[in-house]
Amino acid sequence: MKAIAKKKKKRSMQDWILDGIIYMVLVIILLVCLYPIWYVIVCSFSNSSDVIQHTGLYLWPDSFNLEAYGRVFQNRMVQRGFRNTLLILLCSLPLSLVLTLFCGYFMACKNMMFKKPIVFLMLFTMYFGGGMIPGYINMMELNLLDSMWSLVLPSAISIYNSIICKTAIEAIPESLSESAYIDGANDFQILIRIITPLIKPTLAVLLLYYLVGQWNSWFAASIYIKTEEKLPLQNILRYILMENSTTELGEEYNEYAATIKYAIIVVASFPIMCVYPFLQKYFTKGVMIGAVKG
Amino acid sequence: MNGKNKRRQEVPVKRRTAAIRSQSLGHRLALDFRKNKLKYLMVIPILILLFLFCYRPMYGILIAFKRYRPALGVWDSPWVGFRYFRQFFRDPYCWRLFRNTLTISGLNLIFGFPAPIILALLLNEVRSKRFKKAVQTVSYMPHFISTVVVCGMITTFCASDGLFNNIIEMFGGTRSNLLQNKNLFYPIYIISDIWKGIGWDSIIYLAALSGIDQEQYEAAKIDGASRLQQMFYITLPGLMPTVSMLLILRIGSLLSVGYEKIILLYQPTTYEVADVISSYVYRRGLMDGEFSYGTAVGLFNSIVSIILLLLANKASKKLGQSGLF
Repeated sequence: MKAIAKKKKKRSMQDWILDGIIYMVLVIILLVCLYPIWYVIVCSFSNSSDVIQHTGLYLWPDSFNLEAYGRVFQNRMVQRGFRNTLLILLCSLPLSLVLTLFCGYFMACKNMMFKKPIVFLMLFTMYFGGGMIPGYINMMELNLLDSMWSLVLPSAISIYNSIICKTAIEAIPESLSESAYIDGANDFQILIRIITPLIKPTLAVLLLYYLVGQWNSWFAASIYIKTEEKLPLQNILRYILMENSTTELGEEYNEYAATIKYAIIVVASFPIMCVYPFLQKYFTKGVMIGAVKG
Repeated sequence: MNGKNKRRQEVPVKRRTAAIRSQSLGHRLALDFRKNKLKYLMVIPILILLFLFCYRPMYGILIAFKRYRPALGVWDSPWVGFRYFRQFFRDPYCWRLFRNTLTISGLNLIFGFPAPIILALLLNEVRSKRFKKAVQTVSYMPHFISTVVVCGMITTFCASDGLFNNIIEMFGGTRSNLLQNKNLFYPIYIISDIWKGIGWDSIIYLAALSGIDQEQYEAAKIDGASRLQQMFYITLPGLMPTVSMLLILRIGSLLSVGYEKIILLYQPTTYEVADVISSYVYRRGLMDGEFSYGTAVGLFNSIVSIILLLLANKASKKLGQSGLF
C-alpha cells in the first residue's frame, strides 16, 4: 500500500515538472506570436514623436492619439484601395461560392459517363500550371489587362476548396437527395434546398478561405493592373509600407509618418482578424480533408 | 427459399445488363445526357474558367521554345528550339539561383518543418481546454495577416529605428538596417515564415493526434509508461503517416520557393543571397520583358519540381510509408 502511494506521488512530481516545462514553452510561443502584433497596435495609438524617440520594448502606449487613424481614413489612396478591394470581393465571393458548390456537387455525383475525364481535367490544374509569364501573356491576349476581372476570374474557382466541399456533400446520406429526386426535384433544387443547408459550416469556412485569399492577394494586381486608381488595398499598402516612405501620401503626412504605417496595418488586417475566431472550430475538418485528398 | 430469392433477383439484372449492352453508344450518350444534363450544365462555367485561365497559359508555355514577339502572338513566333534553356545554363547567375533556392528551402525544411509538429505535441499534452484554445487562436492569427503586411512589419522592425534595433541596442549592440545585411537575410526569412505558419500548420498534426486510439494510452498507463514514454512510443508513431506525407510534399517543392515574400523583402544589396529562381523569372522575364527566356527558366524549374515530387513519392512508398498517389 505504501509503495503504491509513493510511486503515485513520484509520478505526479515528474508530471508536475513536465507540465511546467510544456506550459512555459507554450506561453513563450504565445508571447512571440502576439508581441509583434501588439507592438503594431500600441504604436498606432501613440504620438508620432513618442514612437520615434522610444527605445527598448514597447508594452503600453506612452500617449493616446487617434491622429494616425484619422489620417489613414481621410486619405484618398487608402479609400480608393478599400473601395476597389470591396468591389472585387463583391464580385468574386458570390461567384466563388456558387461555382464551388457546383463543382463539389458534380464531383460527388455518381453514374455519369464523362465524370472521370472532367474530374481529371480539374485535378490536373492543381499539379501543373502555365507559370507567371504565360499567364501574363494570356491576360494580354484576352484583353483583360488593367481590368478588375483579371483579379476576379482566375481565382474564382479553387479545385482544392471544391474537394473540401465534395467531401462534405458525400457525408450527407444519399437517401436524402434520392427521395427528393423521386419527389420530382431537379439537381438545382436538391443542391439549394437540401445540400446547402446541411453543409453550411463547411461553406462558411470556404467563404473565409476565399475572402482571405482575395483580401490578401497583391501579386496579380501588381502585374495585371496598370492604372493606379484601380489598385486594390494590398498594393496601396505595399507602396506605403515597402517604399519605406509616406511621400506617396503627400507632404503633410511626413509628420505622422512613424505612426501612420502602424495604423494602416491595423486597419487593413482588422476585418479578417474579427472573422476567423468564429470559424476556428471548423478549421480542423477542412484542413484534414484537403490534405488527405490532396 | 434463399436460392429461389437469389434467382428471382438475378434474372432482371442479367436482362438489364444485356439490354444496356445492346444499346448503341449514341443511345447511351443521349440517355446519360438527358439524365445528368443539369449536372453538366453546372460544370460548364467551371470548365470554361479552367480553360481560359489554366489551360490557355499551359499552351503559352510553347514560347519557351520560340522567340516570342507580342505582335506575332504565340503561334506565329519563330521556333528556336532549346536555345533559351542553353542560355540559362550559361547564365552567370544560374549557379547562384540554384544555390539560393536550395538553401532557403533546405533551411525551411530543417527549421520550419519540425516547428508545427513540436507545437502540436506540446498542445496535445495540455489538459486545460481554455488554455489550449487560447494558444491556438493566437497562433493562427499571423496566418491571416497578408504577406504584404508581414513584409511591411519586417521592413519597419528591421529599419535602423525599428523594434529589432531597439532590442539590439538594449543588449549593447549598434543600430543598422538589418535587411541590408547579407548574413541576416536567411534568419529573417525563415523566422518570419515560422512565425506566420506555426499555428496554422499545426492544425493538421492536431487532427492526426485526435485520431490516435485513446485505449493505447490507457494500456500504456497500466503497464507503467511515463508520459514521456507515451509521447515517444504512442504519439510520435501515430503522427508518422502525416509527417511522411507532408515531408514528401516539402521535398517535392524544394525548388519552388515562393516569389512573393522574396520580391517584397530583397534589395539589390541582398540579391547575392536572396535571389531565387522564381524571383529571377519575375525580374528578367516580366520586368525586363524577356518573355521567352523567363518562361524557359520557369518551365525548367517546374519540370525538375515534378520529377522531385515523383521521386520522393516513390522513395516513401519503398520505405513502407503511404505515398501521395
